Amino acid sequence: MRASTRTRTKTAALAALLALASLIARTSAFAEDADKPACDVPSDMLATDTVLEKAAAQVKSSHQLDITVVGSGSSTLAGSDGAKAAYPARLEYYLGQKLPGVTVHVATDLHMRQSSEDVAPDLAKLVKDGKPTLVIWQTGTIDAMRSIDPDDFRSALGDGIDALKAAGSDIVLMNPQYNPRMETLISLTTYLDNMRVAAQERNVPVFDRFNIMRMWSDNGDFDFSITTHSQTLARSVHDCIGRTLAEFVVGAARLGPEDPPKEQK
Amino acid sequence: MKQISLKTILPPAKAVASPTLAIPVAPGERELRLDLFRGLALWLIYIDHLPTSVLTWFTIRNYGFSDATEIFIFISGYTGAFVYARAMSDRGIIVASARIFKRVWQIYAAHILLFTIYLAEISYVATRFENPLYAEEMNVLDFYKQPDVTIVQALILKFRPVNMDVLPMYIVLMAFLPLILLLMRKKPDLTLLLSVGLYIATWEFDLTLPAYPDGYWYFNPFAWQLLFVFGAWCALGGAARMSRVMSSRFTIGLAIVYLIFSFCVTLTWYIPKLDFLMPLWLESIIYPIDKTDLDILRFAHFLALAVLTVYFIPKDWPYLRSKWLRPMVICGQNSLEIFCAGVFLAFAGHFIMAETNGGAWMHLFITIGGILIMWAIAWTITWYKGVAEKSGSRQPTANADLVGGGP
Repeated sequence: MRASTRTRTKTAALAALLALASLIARTSAFAEDADKPACDVPSDMLATDTVLEKAAAQVKSSHQLDITVVGSGSSTLAGSDGAKAAYPARLEYYLGQKLPGVTVHVATDLHMRQSSEDVAPDLAKLVKDGKPTLVIWQTGTIDAMRSIDPDDFRSALGDGIDALKAAGSDIVLMNPQYNPRMETLISLTTYLDNMRVAAQERNVPVFDRFNIMRMWSDNGDFDFSITTHSQTLARSVHDCIGRTLAEFVVGAARLGPEDPPKEQK
Repeated sequence: MKQISLKTILPPAKAVASPTLAIPVAPGERELRLDLFRGLALWLIYIDHLPTSVLTWFTIRNYGFSDATEIFIFISGYTGAFVYARAMSDRGIIVASARIFKRVWQIYAAHILLFTIYLAEISYVATRFENPLYAEEMNVLDFYKQPDVTIVQALILKFRPVNMDVLPMYIVLMAFLPLILLLMRKKPDLTLLLSVGLYIATWEFDLTLPAYPDGYWYFNPFAWQLLFVFGAWCALGGAARMSRVMSSRFTIGLAIVYLIFSFCVTLTWYIPKLDFLMPLWLESIIYPIDKTDLDILRFAHFLALAVLTVYFIPKDWPYLRSKWLRPMVICGQNSLEIFCAGVFLAFAGHFIMAETNGGAWMHLFITIGGILIMWAIAWTITWYKGVAEKSGSRQPTANADLVGGGP
């Protein structure tokens, strides 16, 4: 708490200084949502060599971007307006802001309590029906909870990726949430590693939700271990994930204005 | 693990004269390298069981294919064979087997003790922790809503909570040690060959042990027995016979080249930007590097480490007796107790971190504190054994237990 207040004060001072010097107004995000956690993510955590070509082409040709988020329970929130506060909806909002003039549509396809092996066979049909140019596949949590054989997990991911590619969409994989309380109850490491390998083999980017949330926890942006019935924390985390994911998608599709500033070589 | 092999190599030197039956007996003298590296393996396993932190970067799994588990299992096979083969010669097969099964029972009891502590933690989390962010993950607790099933599955070693995979495998391997030794004392090379055969069969026919609620044992004993039996084979003269090959320039060079190769491959896992350097054909050959079935690349990595360790750290390396390495050595000498303490401390560490949300400093504090506690426990046990031995009458037996005890 104290640490984050200090950070915020420092940031505010820095922002003022920058404004005075009439430098770039890049830090405007801080001024806008002074109450929201910064939840910034260093750009190397969001860097990827893979280019989301189909998504980029759709944006350029028809000023439209159709995304489907395929996920399990952690891709939504409880309550009647939970879906609106969950990260897919927030992704749509932030992408709209980042890509002015582009109609962004994010659909959600939830497979509660289903493992990757359960979901993979449905993916081709999903692309055929919904025609997304980008599928964000959030998975791994259920596999880890059921301690599915890691080999089966990896090959299910491979099958799913192949099916999506064949059906003609770009893919981003998203790994499980970071949860300090559950680290001794759910062994995620194997599944995180296997997802990374499956993605690497097929040249698919991974949105590293686990390590991003872990970094937020280490930085004091969030305390994930609190006990609460309130949705406040959950909503604000989903908002941050939506914002970070939007940044990731824009970067991976090379759509940013100053996009490859850090894209050396 | 690498270190273990060092030891392996050295003891045989004395036994060369009668390789087949040779049990490198150096009465009263411990192979300190084995203790040292087993102690190191135990510390590394503890660090690896905690969430990733700065110290994790000191564990060997980040620099190559194999990790501390290989060291632990190899040394366990080595010391187990060393101690109990001698017991078989001295006291007969039945008595030695009985002692092995007593050890198996101890490991089983330790496993159940850890499971009980684990249940206590789960129950705490289940009743106290609520957060809409983790609604999905809370479903994992469903398994514990049927204690009748879960507890029975744990008792028959099918249900193995997080970080509790090594002991069940160890129990199975130890339970087969009498059989292994029986064969090994007569036909060491044939026994090793059979072990290799079982390893190949495991890969060929997907031999596994089922786990609860789903999947298979994380450490497949059908595959990992290779390392255990290889350790036993080394202890019973194999290492001595191989010592010339192991210390030849060619072998050393090969080991270095392989370690560098393995390091470079590992690097591409952590620095994705380097991934383009990995040729696809190579990826398709070596991936996945399977831990469950002890991938041959992991085994080879362990061998390479072992070869270099034996080569560069002689048996009479003066630092083995230095007081700075003493904590590691005594931890290795009381491996079962320290292993269990490590698993428990990792539980406790996770718990404290979740409760305090303490960040990197707390993490560091827990890691170092845990190692200090392991040291303190090892010191206490060693001290007590010393006292008990002085006043006890059955000196030789006690001593043998001490040496061979900690698998």
